[in-house]
Amino acid sequence: PRGANVRVLAVVLLIVVGGAVGLRHASELQRVCRFNNGFGRGDTESLSLGCSGENCVISLGQSCNLGLFLLWHILHFIVTFWYFALRIANALESCLISSGLLKKYKALCSGKIQCLAIVMDSKDADQTSKVIELLQWLGALGVKYVCLYDTEGVLKKSKEAITGSGRFSHAKSSEEAAKTDPLLDQEIITVEFASFSDGKAAVVKAANLLFVKYYLGGEQEEPILSESHVAEALEAIGCGGPDPDLLLVYGPGRCHLGFPAWRIRYTEIV
Amino acid sequence: MGEDRFFGSSLTILRRFLFRILAVGPIPNHIAFIMDGNRRYAKKQNLEQGAGHKAGFPALMSMLKYCYELGVKFITVYAFSIDNFKRRPEEVQYVMDLMQEKIEGLLKEESIVNQYGVRVYFVGNLKLLNEPVRVAAEKAMLATANNTNTVLLICMAYTSSDEIVHSIQNSCQEKWDQMQASKVNGACNGDICKQEKERCAIKLVDLEKHMYMGVAPDPDILIRSSGEMRLSNFLLWQSANCLLYSPSALWPEIGLRHLVWAVLNFQRNHSYLEKKKKQL
Repeated sequence: PRGANVRVLAVVLLIVVGGAVGLRHASELQRVCRFNNGFGRGDTESLSLGCSGENCVISLGQSCNLGLFLLWHILHFIVTFWYFALRIANALESCLISSGLLKKYKALCSGKIQCLAIVMDSKDADQTSKVIELLQWLGALGVKYVCLYDTEGVLKKSKEAITGSGRFSHAKSSEEAAKTDPLLDQEIITVEFASFSDGKAAVVKAANLLFVKYYLGGEQEEPILSESHVAEALEAIGCGGPDPDLLLVYGPGRCHLGFPAWRIRYTEIV
Repeated sequence: MGEDRFFGSSLTILRRFLFRILAVGPIPNHIAFIMDGNRRYAKKQNLEQGAGHKAGFPALMSMLKYCYELGVKFITVYAFSIDNFKRRPEEVQYVMDLMQEKIEGLLKEESIVNQYGVRVYFVGNLKLLNEPVRVAAEKAMLATANNTNTVLLICMAYTSSDEIVHSIQNSCQEKWDQMQASKVNGACNGDICKQEKERCAIKLVDLEKHMYMGVAPDPDILIRSSGEMRLSNFLLWQSANCLLYSPSALWPEIGLRHLVWAVLNFQRNHSYLEKKKKQL
């Protein structure tokens, strides 16, 4: 009887897990299916219409397509299941780390990270309290300079709310960041806010600045621009922050979403 | 021998079938590769210095073959960075000789270029390369200029920061020439009035037009072998909405399974990335 109970429990667990994964898979792929090539909804409709009409013969091509469609879904179901299992494993690991059982995480040398950047989706950026919590965690780890980025600039709008809530100071320009009182330096995290306009648009402004300075400046010979000129111009605009050592991406896919290109040349992106 | 061929052709059939299944979902239009890990592979296999790069070449050819079979139209590979010139001179010379040999090999009849109708571009500051390599590259570009099926962009002497500087330089030069030309025509007065100044301003489209990578759309997936998570100054401008994937396999060890996993992840995130692209 005990063996039977265990077996029943295992089957129930399997059904629950399978159902959860299946639902997750269905909702994710519902959006993907709208973009697929070659097998649109039109085909399935004609499939059913064909049956109700005079000739109930499903052509070989359509059944092949249906077979491929099913196989594709099975493949993606396996991938979804893999990520589900990975999430459970990560959650378990996080629990173990927070409870202090895993020794290797006890001594994190965070002094190595001079500047950390965070990229998040603009929808997530609305949850200001979560952002503040994240900054507090980073402060506890000992990170001194954080650059928060989201495409639309939602974080910039909640600038005051975030910097007002704790020992955070806002970095308006790199000179101001250097002026921070060394006594207070230990506890204050400098936070920089960036959005899409600090990326490509900033380089365009820098280009115009360089044009005016070197071409319209009245010099006779053709100027040759170099990386240092561009870096200077970006500083002059106010988009010349430090290069992050580490960039954390919060989102479904690992993608830097337009973070200022000039600064992530050698940044580890996780 | 016969058995090997049977095995080989059944693998090909299975692979083509797998690609047909994948093709039910969206297929990336442009995939970029950073071919990292050749030197570590040579050390691991106890090969001589430089042999890792040679071992990486068949891996490149098979990845190109798989991508073109899958239906990917643009492929970019990071062959040589401007930073790599700082390595030991013997190694740099070895890589240059290898590249020259392989570029000349591309133009032969049975190469992948003719099999898939590939148009080859060499992207980067080609003036920094030595004479024979540059000549071979220009010859290859000319010879494949009429191919229209697929495109291969080989980044040599390329870094993203150099590309941005070069693009700014060219845009400035173009604006300057435009201004000089309109001065000649009498459209601009001695004092440049505000409207003319706006027209003469450099815009984003000008910069993107002058980028080395302006001949191809932005990449959909960027694969860096050997598990490193950095972009190392590659396609920083173009990878804003591009999925980054870093398999831990070294470049000579990369295989079909990595490509399939990358494409499956691309399909999972496709709607999210499309939405991001539309926002800009």
